[in-house]
Formats: sequence, structure tokens, C-alpha cells
Amino acid sequence: MTEHAIIMRAVNKYYGAYHALVDIDLTVTRGERIVICGPSGSGKSTLIRTINQLEPIESGTIIVDGVELTAGGDNVAKVRQDVGMVFQSFNLFPHMTVLENCILAPMKTRKTPRAEAEATARKYLERVRIPEQADKYPAQLSGGQQQRVAIARALCMKPRIMLFDEPTSALDPEMVKEVLDTMIDLAREGMTMLCVTHEMDFARAVADRVIFMDKGVIVEENAPDEFFGNPRNERLQNFLGQIA
Amino acid sequence: MIREFSSADLMFIVSAVRWTLILSAIAFLGGALGGLAVALARTAQGRLRRRIAAGFIQVFQGTPLLMQLFLVYFGLAVVGLPIDPLLAAAVALTLHASAYLGEIWRGAIEAVPPGQTEAATALSLSYKDRMRHVVLPQAMRLATAPTVGFLVQLIKGTSLASIIGFTELTRAGQIINNATFKPFLVFGTVAALYFVLCWPLSLLARRMEARMRLAVTR
Ligand SMILES: Nc1ncnc2c1ncn2[C@@H]1O[C@H](COP(=O)(O)OP(=O)(O)O)[C@@H](O)[C@H]1O
Ligand SMILES: [Mg+2]
Repeated sequence: MTEHAIIMRAVNKYYGAYHALVDIDLTVTRGERIVICGPSGSGKSTLIRTINQLEPIESGTIIVDGVELTAGGDNVAKVRQDVGMVFQSFNLFPHMTVLENCILAPMKTRKTPRAEAEATARKYLERVRIPEQADKYPAQLSGGQQQRVAIARALCMKPRIMLFDEPTSALDPEMVKEVLDTMIDLAREGMTMLCVTHEMDFARAVADRVIFMDKGVIVEENAPDEFFGNPRNERLQNFLGQIA
Repeated sequence: MIREFSSADLMFIVSAVRWTLILSAIAFLGGALGGLAVALARTAQGRLRRRIAAGFIQVFQGTPLLMQLFLVYFGLAVVGLPIDPLLAAAVALTLHASAYLGEIWRGAIEAVPPGQTEAATALSLSYKDRMRHVVLPQAMRLATAPTVGFLVQLIKGTSLASIIGFTELTRAGQIINNATFKPFLVFGTVAALYFVLCWPLSLLARRMEARMRLAVTR
């Protein structure tokens, strides 16, 4: 096992003629917690979506857990089993109960027997503090509960890396904390995490490194103290001024 | 020789309903299989498959069903099969239904939010598992009402098979009318029988649509 969870080298991504990711170089150490921020449209989602190849890239190299994504074969499937993802809009499967949401992928892709998958699912639902909702449908839950189910569903695949794309942006303010607390628990347990978020208190509390993106470029990256206390780039200074 | 309209004539017409039903069932089941294939090809990654499916839909939606029936009927002989009205009607109506159901189901598949496919993909589910467990069950709910609506069209469409000599409900009516010359009585009866088949389905489709609309606005 390598010490690097993710290595991105000279990654470029285009949407048609639009250059969405420009020469991205990023190395994430195992267990590292990274927060990515930046203005809307700066390429944050695109960046983390290349890591499980929800977005293919035009050039460059991405190696996840020692597996080179761009090398073809069943590498992509392997990487996706190892990388959990949580979306802004939850994306739970509405026709399945919470428990069914959680056991589908382990049963289908890891061939886990149902009983074992259910036991794992209940364990993670407990972990995100909603064990009593297992037999409900997503529409019967609050936004905060749905997002915690989405986190549990991703964890059921026993991923080594978790990606979060603005997990609290679609939530009512009173529900943001319950989701952030779940993420903080996860961070304390040593999960490698990449979180796109504008929750700067979360960044200060758990991030090892904060990254600022603008126009598809990683403009600045630093430890939280330095990032917030002594921002060098002018656009970052403006950005921090706006969200403070 | 013109004779009176008897109860035997009525029985002849009523019993022809079963051929209308059999033909409808074959075309619907065949069309369901074909339509699924067309819908999946239409929403696939590969451009060639999408183009072929789109072409298939355009040809069968853009030409009269009657011409499709004629072409298949006379085409059977060309490929060395016996000219059989039931076979020809079943093949033509299956192709016709495949195109229409394919188009209905393509729309339903595309109406499932892309986040569903993304979440399933991120969970490493294969294309087959994504479709089978995530996308199609949701698309099916959206598609049920228009699918039942199309079934009504299909049942009425089987009447064209009478023109290539297949004795379903409409042709049974023609045969009896030729012998009795009671067109209003005979074709009134035929129309009433179609109505009895289609009306409950129309009602069902309308009720499902109303329920869908309710579910959407909720
Ligand atoms: N599927 C797409 N097709 C075309 N352009 C896209 C697509 N997805 C994102 N973009 C564009 O790429 C840029 C970066 O998008 P995104 O990564 O979503 O930004 P962020 O998450 O930082 O708000 C934006 O300008 C956006 O309009
Ligand atoms: Mg985004």
C-alpha cells in the first residue's frame, strides 16, 4: 500500500472548448483531510469528480490508492469501490428504503451476502445516528437525515477515501450542524477526505490543508492557520472577505 | 344472397375478439422487449447505437402502419417465409410497438434525474445494475400511464390487419356485413366491442396520469 491516497499530475479537463481544469497537480497523503473552496464555477466539483471518473479527463494522470485511473481495464471500477462520494443533492434512491439504499452496492459489486450487508448498513446508520430510520423511504426524512443516510450508504462500501461536494449547501441552516458533526467524526477516525465546502469553521476544525480554486486553477493551498490568517493571493483575499 | 343477421353472426363477431386480443398481446409483449432495447440504445453512450435506434424510431413513426403491414406481408415471401396474415401482422405490429414504446421509455429514462445515475456510478454499480435497480424502476413509474395509453392505440391499430386478410374483430365484421348487409348494426357492434376493450384501459391510464401529477406536485 502506498502512502499516497491520490496523485494528480498535470490534469486537464475540457467541456467542449471550455478549459475547466488547468494543469492540476495535487497529492493527497493517506489520512489527509482537504477542504476545497473557491467561487462558483471555479471547477471544484469537476476536480473531485475526476477522482472517481464521473468526469473523464483529456490529459494528465490520476492515481488513486496506487491504481492508475487512466490506464483502462477495470481500474475505474476498482477505484470507485474505494472512493465514496456524497453529493449536494443527496441523490438517494427514492424507490428504496434507507436500508436498501445502503446494501445495494455492497451486494451487487462486492457480492456481500444480504445478512452481512444489512449488519454493516445498520452499523453505519448507527454511526451517523439514525438507526431508527432504516425502513423509511428517503422522502420521509429531513434533508439533514437524508444526507447522513447518503454518508452511511457511501461508507457501506468501506471506502478508503471520501469525496464531499458541498454536502451542506442544500440544507436548511438548522440541519447543517448534524451533517458537519458526522463529517468531523469521520475525519477524527482517520478517513482520507476531500471536501468541497464553504463551511470555514469546518475547515479550521478538521482540515490539514485548504485549497483555493479559481478559473480551473489551484491558486493557493496551505494549512488552515496560514490559509485564513495570511492569504497571499489577491483573489483569495477577496473571496475570504466575501464569505466571512 | 343477402341473409338476415342472426345470433350465429353475432357469435362469430364476438368470438373474433379473441384474435384482436391475441394479436394485441403478441405485439405488446414483442414491442415491450423491442422497445426496451430501443430505449436503452437511444440512451446509451455509444453514438452509433443511438443513431441506429433513432433511425428505427423515425422510420416507424414517420410511415403509416398500413404501409408497414403491407411491406412485412409481401416481404415475408421475399425472405422465404410463408405468406401468413397472422405472422405478418404480428411482426409489423411488434416493430411498430417497439418504436413507439422505445420512444416513450427513452423519455422516461431521460426524466430520471442524472444525479441518480451519478450516485449509482460512484457506488461502482455496473451499467446493468444501474439500469436494473436504479434507473428503470424509476422510469417505469413515469412511463406506466403513457404505456397504457399506447396499448389502447395498439388495440385499435390491430384493425388494420383486416386489410391483409387476418380475421380479427374488424374483418369478422366485414365478412358478416358482406353476407347480411346491415352495416350500422354490424359495425356498430364491432365498434362497441372495441370500446369495451379500450375504455377501461383509457380510464386506467387517465387515473394513473392524475396520480403521477399529484405525486409530482407533492
Ligand atoms: N457538464 C458540463 N458541461 C459543460 N460545462 C460544464 C459542465 N459541468 C461544469 N461545467 C462548467 O465548468 C465550470 C466548472 O464547473 P464546476 O466544477 O461545477 O464548478 P464549481 O463546482 O466550482 O462551482 C463552470 O464554468 C461550469 O459551467
Ligand atoms: Mg460545484
